[in-house]
Amino acid sequence: MPQPQVSPGRTRRRPAAALASSLKPVTVTIPAGFADVTASNDTLRRFLHGLPGVDQVGAEARAAMLATRSIKTTAKAFALDLAIRMVDLTTLEGQDTPGKVRALCAKGRQPDPTDPSCPPVAAICVYGDLVPTAVEALAGSGIHIAAVATAFPSGRAPLDVKLADTKAAVAAGADEIDMVIDRGAFLAGRYLDVYDEIVATSEVLGGDAHLKVILETGELATYDNVRRASWLAMLAGGDFIKTSTGKVSPAATLPVALVMLEAARDFRNQTGRQVGVKAAGGIRTAKDAVRYLVVINEVAGDDWLSPDGFRFGASSLLNDLLMQRQKLATGHYAGPDYFTLD
Amino acid sequence: MPTFDYAPAPESRSIVDIQPSYGLFIGGEMVDPIDGTRFKSVNPATEEVLSEVVAAGPQDVDRAVDAARAAYAGAWSRLSGRDRGKYLYRLARIVQERSRELAVLESIDNGKPIRESRDVDVPLVAAHFFYYAGWADKLGYAGFGPDPRPLGVAAQVIPWNFPLLMLAWKIAPALACGNTVVLKPAETTPLTALAFADICQQADLPPGVVNIITGAGDTGRTLVEHPGVDKVAFTGSTEVGRQIARSVAGTRKKVTLELGGKAANVVFDDAPLDQAIEGIVNGIFFNQGHVCCAGSRLLVQESVADELLAGLKRRLGTLRLGDPLDKNTDIGAINSAEQLDKIRMLSEVGETEGAERWSPPCELPERGFWFPPTVFTGVSQSHRIAREEIFGPVLSVLTFRTPTEAIEKANNTPYGLSAGVWTDKGSRILWMAQQLRAGVVWANTFNRFDPTSPFGGYKESGYGREGGRHGLGAYLDV
Repeated sequence: MPQPQVSPGRTRRRPAAALASSLKPVTVTIPAGFADVTASNDTLRRFLHGLPGVDQVGAEARAAMLATRSIKTTAKAFALDLAIRMVDLTTLEGQDTPGKVRALCAKGRQPDPTDPSCPPVAAICVYGDLVPTAVEALAGSGIHIAAVATAFPSGRAPLDVKLADTKAAVAAGADEIDMVIDRGAFLAGRYLDVYDEIVATSEVLGGDAHLKVILETGELATYDNVRRASWLAMLAGGDFIKTSTGKVSPAATLPVALVMLEAARDFRNQTGRQVGVKAAGGIRTAKDAVRYLVVINEVAGDDWLSPDGFRFGASSLLNDLLMQRQKLATGHYAGPDYFTLD
Repeated sequence: MPTFDYAPAPESRSIVDIQPSYGLFIGGEMVDPIDGTRFKSVNPATEEVLSEVVAAGPQDVDRAVDAARAAYAGAWSRLSGRDRGKYLYRLARIVQERSRELAVLESIDNGKPIRESRDVDVPLVAAHFFYYAGWADKLGYAGFGPDPRPLGVAAQVIPWNFPLLMLAWKIAPALACGNTVVLKPAETTPLTALAFADICQQADLPPGVVNIITGAGDTGRTLVEHPGVDKVAFTGSTEVGRQIARSVAGTRKKVTLELGGKAANVVFDDAPLDQAIEGIVNGIFFNQGHVCCAGSRLLVQESVADELLAGLKRRLGTLRLGDPLDKNTDIGAINSAEQLDKIRMLSEVGETEGAERWSPPCELPERGFWFPPTVFTGVSQSHRIAREEIFGPVLSVLTFRTPTEAIEKANNTPYGLSAGVWTDKGSRILWMAQQLRAGVVWANTFNRFDPTSPFGGYKESGYGREGGRHGLGAYLDV
C-alpha cells in the first residue's frame, strides 16, 4: 500500500491493515516537524533512542530533594483541596457490582458529608461494562467518567478486541478512556506497532472522549524507557500519559512522575500541545500526594497544576486527604470511623 | 503570584542557646583570655549581633599549645587505640543527639539553608567521627607499618564555609591517630566550634586533647608559627596557604593544605540533560557557591549548549532564595560583607570583560548579605571570571568541541581540586577521570562527600588528602 506523502503539520492516516473496518476514520494530527519520525519503525526507534537519557541516581536524588519541601498551613490547605480535585476515584476489581459503583459515585460527588466546602473528585474510574451505572449515578455532577479499556490491565488481546472494548465503553457514556499500551511490543522494539495502536484507539474515541495512555512504568523498568514511551504516547495523540494500571508493582513513584512531567514539559516546548500526566497506584497518603504536587510545581509548572493537567488514580488516598483537610480546619485528627468508606 | 505558593516553614530558633559572650576552650574549660581582645559575630542573613567572642592573643595561643602538649604527653598517649576510639564514638553519638541544635546554630552563624545543614553538614560531621573512631584501634592495618606513631600537637585552621564539617574533618583523624589539637575556627563562624567544645566536655574528653581558640588571621598565624606545634593542617584560600607553607618551611612541622579551586563541570552532548542541569545547579549554587570544590566553570559541548542553557535558566527560576531558617530555602545568605564585596567586584569584572550576565528574577531581603544566583555566558579561558575563584553563586559558562579540547580547557588552570563529567558513555567517564588533573572527579553527580573517600587537590589546590585511609597519613609519623 503506497505511503501517503505528508508535509509537516498535516494530518495523516495510518495504513488500514491493522484497523477494524467498522471504525469511523478520524485523523490524528502529527505535530509539525515530526511527520518523518513516525514514517517507519526504524525512524521512530532512532528518534526515541536519540532522546536525552535519564540518569537514575540523579532523577531519584531530585525527587528525594523535592520530597523534603515543607508544605504547611495555607500552602497545605491549597494542596489538599487541589489534590482532591485531581482524584480519579477508582474501583477496578472482578468483584465490582453496580451497587459498589453507585456507592463510589456518591462518595466522589460528596467526599466529606460533614463539609460541603469539600470539592468533588475529577472522575470516577471503572471497568467499561459498569459505565452505564456510573453515568446514571453521576448525572448532573460534572464529574468525568473514565473507563479502562483495550484489555486492561495486560493489553494482551487482538487489536480488534481491544478496539471493540473501547468502542463499547464510549458508547455507554464514558468521556475518558484509560488505555494500556502493548508493553510486549514496546520491549521487543516494535515501537511503531505501539504507536499505531494508540492512534487506532484515539480514532475510536472520535474526539468526544479524552484518551489517557497507560505506560505501565513498572514493566518498562528503566527511566529511559519511561521517557521514550511518554514521547511515543504523546506523538500518537494521547491527552494524558499515565504511569500504571495499579495491578503491577512498582506502580507510581515520585521519580517516575518526575520523568514523565519532564517529558510533557519538553513535548509542549517543542510542539505547543500540552499533555497531562496521571499517577496511579501506590499513592496512599496525603503527604505523598502533596509531594507529587511539589514535583509538578517545580518541574512542569503552573499549567499542570489543575485537573486538566494532572490526576491521581487512587482509592484509599481520598480518605487520607479528607482526614488531613479536616485536621487543618478543626485542629485535631478524627478517627477513621468519621470518614465514609465509600 | 504563583499558583502554588509555599507558605513560610521556619525551623524554630528556640533549640539553640547562644550566650552573649564566649571565652576560649583550653585544657577542658572555658577560660578568659590573657592577652586576647574581643570581637562580635553576626548573623549574615539579618546582620544582628549574635555574640562576642575572643580573638586569642599570643599568650592565649601559648596556653592552648601547652595544654595540648600536656595532654599529649600525659593521659592521651597512654590510652590504647580502642579507648581513643571510645571517645570518638561518644563524640559522634552526642553530635547525633544534638543534631537539630547544631544544624540550626550553623545556619544562623553561617547563613546556609537549614535544609543543607540538617541534611548534609551535620550528618557528615557525625559520619566522620564514627568513621575515624573505627580506625583508632586498627592503625596497624592502615598500610603505614605495624605500629605507626602520632605526630604530637596539631594546629588546625579551618574556613567559614562548612564550619562544623571542616572541624570534624580535622579533629576526627587527628584524635584517632593519637594526636591532640588546637583548632581555630574562622572569625565569622565560631559558634558551632564553641558548641563542639561543650560536646567535648559532655563526652568527658580528657582536658587538653581538644582546644578551641577563636580569632582571625593574626591568631591563625601565631598558632601555625608556634614552635610547640608538630603538625599544621589548613583549609582556606590559596593566598593564605602560601603564607603558611612559607612560614613552616625549614621547620620539622608536617603540613597539609586544602586550598581553592576553579573546577570544571564538563557536560557532553550525550549527557542526561535534566540530571546534568541538576548537577550544575548543585555544583555552583549549593552552599551559595562557598565551596572550594564548586563547579564554577561549566564546560558544555557546543552542540548542546543552547538547549542546556535554556533548561538551566528555566531551572534557576525555581530556586528559592531567602531566610536560611526556612525549610524551603535553597539559597541562603553570603557569609560576610567582605565576601559579598568580592563577589560583586568579580561579577562587575565579568561584565566588563564582555561576558553576558544573567540572573533569575530574585527578591533580595533588605537586611543581610545577599547575592542572586548568576550565570555568565560567552566566557573564555582568558577572562578573569574563568580563572579566579569567586567563591559565590556565580557560574561561568564556556564551550568546547571535542573531548580532547574539554580536557585541555578543564586542566588549563593553576588549581586542581575537583571536576565533574556528564555523559551516558561509561568509557568516556573512565577516560576523562584519567586525563583530568583534579583530586576528585565526579561522574554524573557533584558535591558528594563521604568520610571513606579521600579529598584533596593537585597543584595550587594544595596537597595531602582528608578522609579515608589516606587521611590517616597526615596525622601519623610516617
